[in-house]
Order: sequence, then structure tokens, then C-alpha cells
Amino acid sequence: MPEQLAFAMEVFLNGLMAGVLYALVALGFVLIYKASGIFNFAQGVMALFAAMTLVGIQNGQVPFAHLINAIFGTHVHTFGWNVPSVFALIFTVIVMILLAWAVQRFVFRHLVGQEPIILFMATIGLAYFLEGFADLMWNSEIKKLDFCMTANTCLPQGINLAIDEFTFNAFGYGFFIDNLDITATIVAGILVAALIAFSQYTKQGRAMRAVADDHQAALSVGISLNFIWVLVWSLAGFVALVAGIMWGAKSGVQFSLSLIALKALPVLMLGGFTSIPGAIVGGLIIGVGEKLFEFWVGPLVGGATENWFAYVLALLFLVFRPQGLFGEKIIERV
Amino acid sequence: MFYREAGDFKTSYASDNQTFPIKIDRRGYYVALAFAFCVVPFVINDYWANAIFLPFLIYSIAAIGLNILVGYCGQVSLGTGGFMAVGAYACYKLMTAFPEVNIFFHVILSGGITAFVCVLFGLPSLRIKGFYLAVATLAAQFFLVWLFNRVPWFYNYSASGQINAPERTVFSIPVTGPNTEAWATYLFCLVFLVLSALIARNMTRGMAGRKWMAIRDMDIAAEIIGVNPMKAKMTAFGASGFFIGISGALFFALYLGAVEVGEAFGINKSFLVLFMIIIGGLGSIFGSFAGAAFLVLLPVVLKVVGVDMLGWPTDIVAHLQLVIVGGLIVLFLILEPHGLAQLWRVTKQKLRLWPFPH
Repeated sequence: MPEQLAFAMEVFLNGLMAGVLYALVALGFVLIYKASGIFNFAQGVMALFAAMTLVGIQNGQVPFAHLINAIFGTHVHTFGWNVPSVFALIFTVIVMILLAWAVQRFVFRHLVGQEPIILFMATIGLAYFLEGFADLMWNSEIKKLDFCMTANTCLPQGINLAIDEFTFNAFGYGFFIDNLDITATIVAGILVAALIAFSQYTKQGRAMRAVADDHQAALSVGISLNFIWVLVWSLAGFVALVAGIMWGAKSGVQFSLSLIALKALPVLMLGGFTSIPGAIVGGLIIGVGEKLFEFWVGPLVGGATENWFAYVLALLFLVFRPQGLFGEKIIERV
Repeated sequence: MFYREAGDFKTSYASDNQTFPIKIDRRGYYVALAFAFCVVPFVINDYWANAIFLPFLIYSIAAIGLNILVGYCGQVSLGTGGFMAVGAYACYKLMTAFPEVNIFFHVILSGGITAFVCVLFGLPSLRIKGFYLAVATLAAQFFLVWLFNRVPWFYNYSASGQINAPERTVFSIPVTGPNTEAWATYLFCLVFLVLSALIARNMTRGMAGRKWMAIRDMDIAAEIIGVNPMKAKMTAFGASGFFIGISGALFFALYLGAVEVGEAFGINKSFLVLFMIIIGGLGSIFGSFAGAAFLVLLPVVLKVVGVDMLGWPTDIVAHLQLVIVGGLIVLFLILEPHGLAQLWRVTKQKLRLWPFPH
């Protein structure tokens, strides 16, 4: 096998893995968009907030320590204990549910029936608010995320030696695949399966789909819109938490984490805003596309094409198919 | 009692159609103009110019530009930072390539170039709408910033990758470069702002503006009554790009002097200008001013109160600022979607009747 092709295959595989992570963020968008028609720009910041909360609880940080110190002149920083990852995870889920309730209660309940673009701008405001809030709560230092279910089963780091060895024997060239990416792929797969099972086979899931289909009809058969919206925001919060853990373990918990939301936008445009499979396929296309483009075209034009490739691809794609790959056909009436 | 229109008779179409139909408003406007041109330049110093006046003037131009696109034509754009960068780099290339031409014309030309680029990136708006378009304009934002970062021709192959404004003069008074005086840069920006506001105001109440608003309110209906959506949208993108380009050029040449594109014209700039017009008021020229003033003053006030008076660390104040700005955006969208401009209108309405309720 020629070396160039082996490189390209490695890039392709890595692109697939990156695509899975994009799809993970995009999933949260789709969930909220389907159920409430809100395009949630704050999804990335939610992932950041979730990851920061998780790390903060793990390390026993005192919430708002800096603010308290500044106001009262005290010197509190940590409680002095470490919480096991599992309990921290549970607490974080509770925090995300509270957040979902607060967002629904204080923001979007007052904006029901507004134009989608107003809702979109409200979520941009929400993103800024949450970002500042997370920084105030847990301070903005870059934190390391170590996530261990039990003492021995932590999130793996480093490259996968088995694949390296296998491909070296097969092609004479060892592929570098991150262990973490493989884990993320598996987790994403489980998450999607769980979400689909939830929306197909449980009562609440069916209610959720009914709301997504038609708000008024759902209301008329006795489904509580408020409850479903809180549920959906909680689910999105949970997806954000998973995405936050994966990205946080990869590159540290820091501000740039919230920028992955921006990466998820072209994924959504490509896949269609309303389709869960679309989010995944879109994520894979973007992930593979940008890695291969960087590999082949990047060196010719100065590199770092990953910054814009996804958007331009999505833009060109939308010009020909405005509803995305799997989106519902847009019908307009006067 | 003080604010009234009784006795202010209009005897011609021109006087009926003027921008400030109420006499007291008109006088207030002239007083403000006179104050800005004749008083401020004599009392301004470097701190006031750099912390408040220059950013306010320049962001006002950008906000007017974005308001034309978002507020009047309904096409949401998140590419403002990228388009400002086009203005800045166009100005830089023109300044270094034609040093003998007056910078005044360079700034206007950079506006024209930005208008062209803006129309180019606006073309997809013919097919896609709403937040699909908003996301599509992100393509412009990231692509343009990348382009100015990676193609050395744009920064004249300088080693640092930065662009630096060389010294240029107007009437042999330096307005760019290191030896400028606060009043000179202030007046230069003020002239551009006043001209921009005049042009924008008259465009938006003329035929072009009415077409934009028809497209914004319902594009299909507008098409049926004979508005050409392509022309209307492209003129909106063009006009918007022109003002944003001017503001980008001024932002680089007069305010910062040296620019690293990712830092000065990143995605945050796009959001900042968008927030200005949301808080100020979508579809209002006055709102652009109010929003720009508000978001320029807010960090300054917070810094004075938080850091200087309470002695808090700067990072906490910065985070608090994010919380406040985000919270205000949500609050404004819930309580007053038309922003500060609407509050001002309501106040005026109340004042006309005051102190009698009817």
C-alpha cells in the first residue's frame, strides 16, 4: 500500500472520530430544536458549564469562591475534600436539571410564540450569561479533567497500541488513534441508542415527540408543554455534560470548550436541524472532510483551514439544499 | 409642558417629512451637533478619546451598518467582525499603496470594497433564511479572518503578521500613526459618523428602506407586491457592508493603530455589534447610537465601580460583565424587543402629555 494512501486513511479515521465528537454536541442542538423550535446557541457553553461543574465538585471547590473573597475579604477556596467521579457526575446532572428548569422558567416561558430569530438571539445572550456565570462560580483557570468510574477504570489517554500494532502489521505503517476518541465513539453510540430508545419506547419520550410534531395538538391531549420543555433542556444538558467530559478530557476544561458549539453549527446545517441521524452523518462528513481537506489542500494555502472549512462547506451545501440532508422540507405560505 | 408640538405648524411636504418633526427635538439635535463639533474637541484628552469617544463613534457606525441589515432588512448576520476586518485591511493596503492620496478617500474606498465583499457573502441569502443564514454568515467571519491571517500579501509580508497604520495627515494634521492628537482623531471619526447617520437615515426612510422593511416583514408578500427580493437584499448587504467597512477602517487606522486580525476582529466583535443593536433597538438609527453608547460605557462604568472603587480583581469584573451583558440581552428581548429606542419613544410620548394624563 502506498504511503500517501496510508496517511490519508489515518487522517480519515481521525476525522471520523472528531466527527463523532462534533455530532455529540450537535445532538444537543437537535433535541432542543425539535421539541421547542429554539435554536440553542448556548449548547457549547452548557458543555463548558457542565464540565466545569463536574471538575469543581470533584475537586471540592467552593462555588463563587472568588466573588465571596472579593466581597467579604475572606480566603476560602476549597472545602478540602475530593468527591468521587460518580457522585460528582450525579450532582452535576442535578445541577444541569436545575439549570434547565431555570432557563425554561425565567427565559423561554416569557418568549413563547416569539419569532425563531428572537429566540436564537436570546440563546446568544444566555450563552454569554452562562459563560460569565460559570467563570464566576468556578473561576476561569484551565482545569484538568480526570474522570474515573471506579478507582481503576478511568478515561483512557494516549494512543491505542493495539490498532498501532495491527495496522503496522497489515500496511507497514502504524496508525495513531487516540484511545479517548475510541471511547468517545462508543459513548456516543450508546448515548444515541439510549436517546432513540427513550423517545420511542417510554411515555415521556413519546410525549416529547408529540410536542415536537405539533404543540397545540400535544397540549390538547393533555401533555404539559412546560414539563416537556424542561425535560428536553435537561436531556440537552446531559448530552452537553457527556460532550463536556469528552472534550474536557481531550484538551482540558477551558473557555475554548464553548467554541465547539460553533463547530457544531455547520454540522447541523449539513444534516438538517430536525434529524438525529442527520446530526451524526453531518458530524462525520464535517469531521472527515475538514481533516482530509487540511491534509491535501491545507499545505498549499497556508494551513489551519479547519477554522473555516466546515462553514464554507455547509454554506455551499445550503445553497443547493436549504433544508440540509435529512431536514424536513421547508414549506412557505403567505 | 416643556415638550410639546402645539403651535408647530407644517405648511409643506418637506417640513412634514423631516427627520425631527417636533421643534424641540430639532433644536436638541442642533445643540448636540454643535456641542460635539465645537465644545468636545477643546476639552477632550487622550483618556476620554480612547476609552469612550472613539469606540463610541466607531461602533456607532458599525451598529448603523448592521442595523440596516438586521433591523431593517431582517437578514441576521454574524459576520460583522470579518467585514470590519475587510475594511481595516483594505484601508491598510490602500494607505501603503497610495500614500499620496488623502486618507479620507481611503476610508471611503475601503467602505466600498467591504460593500462588495459583503454582497458576495450575502448571495446565499437569496436561498437561505433566518438562522440558517446567520450560521452561513459565520462562514464569512471565519474565512475572512483566516484569509487575513494566512495570506502574507494582505499584511505586506511583515514579520509579525500585524498591520500598522502609517502616519497620514488631513490638512497637514496627523490623524493616524503615533503622533496624533485626541481632538484630531475624534473630529475625523465624528465627521464620518455624522455623514453615515445622515445617509443611513435618508436611505431607510426612502424607497430602499421601505423595500428592506417589506422584505423583513414578509418576504413572499413583498415579492408579490412587486419588491424585487434580490435587489432589496443585495442593496441591504451592500449598504450595510459600506458602513461596517468604514467603521473597520477607522477602528484600525485611528483607534488601534496596530491590528492582529484574530484578536481585533474575531467572532466576539460580531456578537458585540449585534448586542449593540439588540439593546439599542432593531430598526432604528437612534437605537444604533444608544446601543453603542451603552455597551461602550458599561465596561468603563463596571471597571470604575468594581476595580477602582470596590477593589475587586479585574477578572471577576470581566466575568461579571459577561453575566450582565448576557442577562441584559435576555431581559431586553423579553421586556422590550425594540430596545432603548422604544423606551425613548415611550418616554417622549409620556412627556408630550405631561403633567396632564390626557
